[in-house]
Amino acid sequence: MTPESPRQAFPLAPDRQHLLGIEDLSREEILGLLDLAESYVDVGRQTEKQHPLLRGRTLVNLFFEASTRTQSSFELAGKRLGADVLNMSIAMSSIRKGETLIDTAVTLNAMRPDILIIRHQDSGAVALLARKVDCSVVNAGDGAHEHPTQALLDALTIRRRLGRIEGLRIAICGDILHSRVARSNIYLLNKLGAHVHVIGPATLLPTGIDKLGVGVFTDMREGLKGCDIVMMLRLQMERMAGAFLPSTREYFHYYGLDAKKLSYAKPGALVMHPGPMNRGVEIDSAIADHTERSLIQEQVEMGVAARMAVLVALAHNRETMLRNR
Amino acid sequence: MTQARPIAFLNATLVDPEKESEDTGALLIKDGLIADQGPRLFSDALPPDAVVLDTQGLILAPGLVDSRVFTGEPGSEHRETLSSASEAAVSGGVTAMVVMPNTEPVIDDVALVDFLLRRARDTAKTYVYPMAALTKGLKGESMTEMGLLAEAGAVGFTQGLGAVANAQILRRAMTYARDFDLLVETFPAEPTMTGQMNAGEMATRLGLSGLPVAAEAIAVDRDLRLAELTGARVHISPISCAESVQAIARAKKKGLPVTCATTAAHLGLNEHDIGTYLTFRKLMPPLRSEMDRLALIEGVADGTVDIITSGHDPQPPENKRLPFAQAAFGGTGLETLLAASLSLARNGSVSLPALFARLTLNPARLFRLPGGRLTKGAPADLVLFDADKPWVVNRDISLSRSKNEPFDGQRLQGRVIKTIVGGHIVYDALDHARATLP
Repeated sequence: MTPESPRQAFPLAPDRQHLLGIEDLSREEILGLLDLAESYVDVGRQTEKQHPLLRGRTLVNLFFEASTRTQSSFELAGKRLGADVLNMSIAMSSIRKGETLIDTAVTLNAMRPDILIIRHQDSGAVALLARKVDCSVVNAGDGAHEHPTQALLDALTIRRRLGRIEGLRIAICGDILHSRVARSNIYLLNKLGAHVHVIGPATLLPTGIDKLGVGVFTDMREGLKGCDIVMMLRLQMERMAGAFLPSTREYFHYYGLDAKKLSYAKPGALVMHPGPMNRGVEIDSAIADHTERSLIQEQVEMGVAARMAVLVALAHNRETMLRNR
Repeated sequence: MTQARPIAFLNATLVDPEKESEDTGALLIKDGLIADQGPRLFSDALPPDAVVLDTQGLILAPGLVDSRVFTGEPGSEHRETLSSASEAAVSGGVTAMVVMPNTEPVIDDVALVDFLLRRARDTAKTYVYPMAALTKGLKGESMTEMGLLAEAGAVGFTQGLGAVANAQILRRAMTYARDFDLLVETFPAEPTMTGQMNAGEMATRLGLSGLPVAAEAIAVDRDLRLAELTGARVHISPISCAESVQAIARAKKKGLPVTCATTAAHLGLNEHDIGTYLTFRKLMPPLRSEMDRLALIEGVADGTVDIITSGHDPQPPENKRLPFAQAAFGGTGLETLLAASLSLARNGSVSLPALFARLTLNPARLFRLPGGRLTKGAPADLVLFDADKPWVVNRDISLSRSKNEPFDGQRLQGRVIKTIVGGHIVYDALDHARATLP
């Protein structure tokens, strides 16, 4: 592997084998990953998109929970880096045949992949699998726990547009309770010195969320005051059944982002969404498609660059560890 | 069993929970009973026919009566049998186990109580006292034949895990139990509220659904009111939080015949010990906050909490080596009950005799069992242990068939040297060490 420069290519602590969450990353590691990701943005904009730092390495996408965008983003990141990418989704895996999660991991491990990218519907499942394999593991979302690459791509998007994270006021709105995106973003933005507000109906705010160092609001007008960035979260439709909310109509009325509610934020405030969107539930189409205010398309583009950075950094650590073994 | 020779223990620290005393003295076992004990015993001459053991100051106390033990017998013997549970028990100084009716089939019939007692007699090293189901099939719909079950040997009635959802049915069962003077044990959890661990910052960080303390407080309040309404002897087990301690203290002050238990795990660990999703610390009720843990210790000290139990609930690896949300609740504990509880005496929260009352005398009294005493004429069910000996809990060498020990990896102090049941030495640490040498 031939890194561009030492500072950029070795952002992670040398003993870090996996990327399981943002919570235990240092500020320096996050900044390093963002710098590295920055350098990969142009790779995707060239006609020749191959940047084969991971040629000959095997990447396995192991998705226990359906996801089009995260899975294809990791796939593209891996392929642009020249790695062999294998996609495994739950539909074709033997979990359906009664094999346990750990058996699946051990079986995959025997195929000697270099990096395993895992998404699972249960919090902690990715960490559990990481303990059973030799390769590097990237958490692509586990239950309501963490989704670290989403937080990295969000930070990259914000930093490119506004030049910094420090000192910004950033609102995260909607279903905080079930959101891994919210948790990873709270950790990352706090570490980089932003002021984070979480806004949502009280039934979708987890107990003790205030202890995570955020301002907690149940009213959009108050919560959005002075915010530079408004991050909307996807509302899972099944939450209606669990008596978290009365109806999508009422939810949109109080928490859906439309032009009026956006006007409570700082003039010119930017809008983000991790996708996929429920138009008319948490976000109005006019806002989502607004060319100057919406960063939603840019987030998707930054996703590939951020994931390339994570893959390169972990592959570097893994090779150093194998050499020193 | 053939009658063993008398055994004389010399220079022992005798811990008597009944007299609340702790004296250096001797104790003589003869014909399965404590023939005599006291500071001046054998000061003149040794008994001629006895095996004499100089304990050099080790503690000799009544064997532990563990009031909440789940096994897999009958139905899930791969989890635990009465025999394997009893092996774990005696290595931890437990001489009597009250076993829960949550088996397959459920212990809700006279013949099944009889089966358990026979199996225990033939295979277990400890006394085994079965509790019977409070409702048929544990379904919470209709009460079992409580009178007949009690005559067959059931020492109390419980749902084991989970509460009776229907308050009217529970009320009738309590009313019925009262006139037979039977013990009703309830489990403190409002059944419609669920969660993977204690609600709070830790659950929020881990992205797990939280079970608030209120879910327990609601159930405790309801059960205490039903106890007051019916006048039944009600035992709530196990409690996990400060609010339960306060509610039970108030009920006791009113003079209600209510008691409660907590587990050694809830006294020794808190929600932060779940760390990175350690499923062997996934318990029900869940490990709570440090404030709750301290309130439980205070409750043990002031007598609000009557009993400390292991809550031994063996779960095989296939139920625990899973993502936290999918893993079963429950932890083993027969082997660590004594050592984990001893930390309360070591740090001065409670005296050693008072601690032993919670582990021996109180459960024996509540369930009306013969053990738990050190007095002359009591059954010779004893534990001899070194209270200071440090060790690291290693679930891989556990004698239980399941290895889901919540204290795994923890440093504890207090090692059992010998366990005596009915006058027979059923566990000897030296023999055990020799037998398990590689």
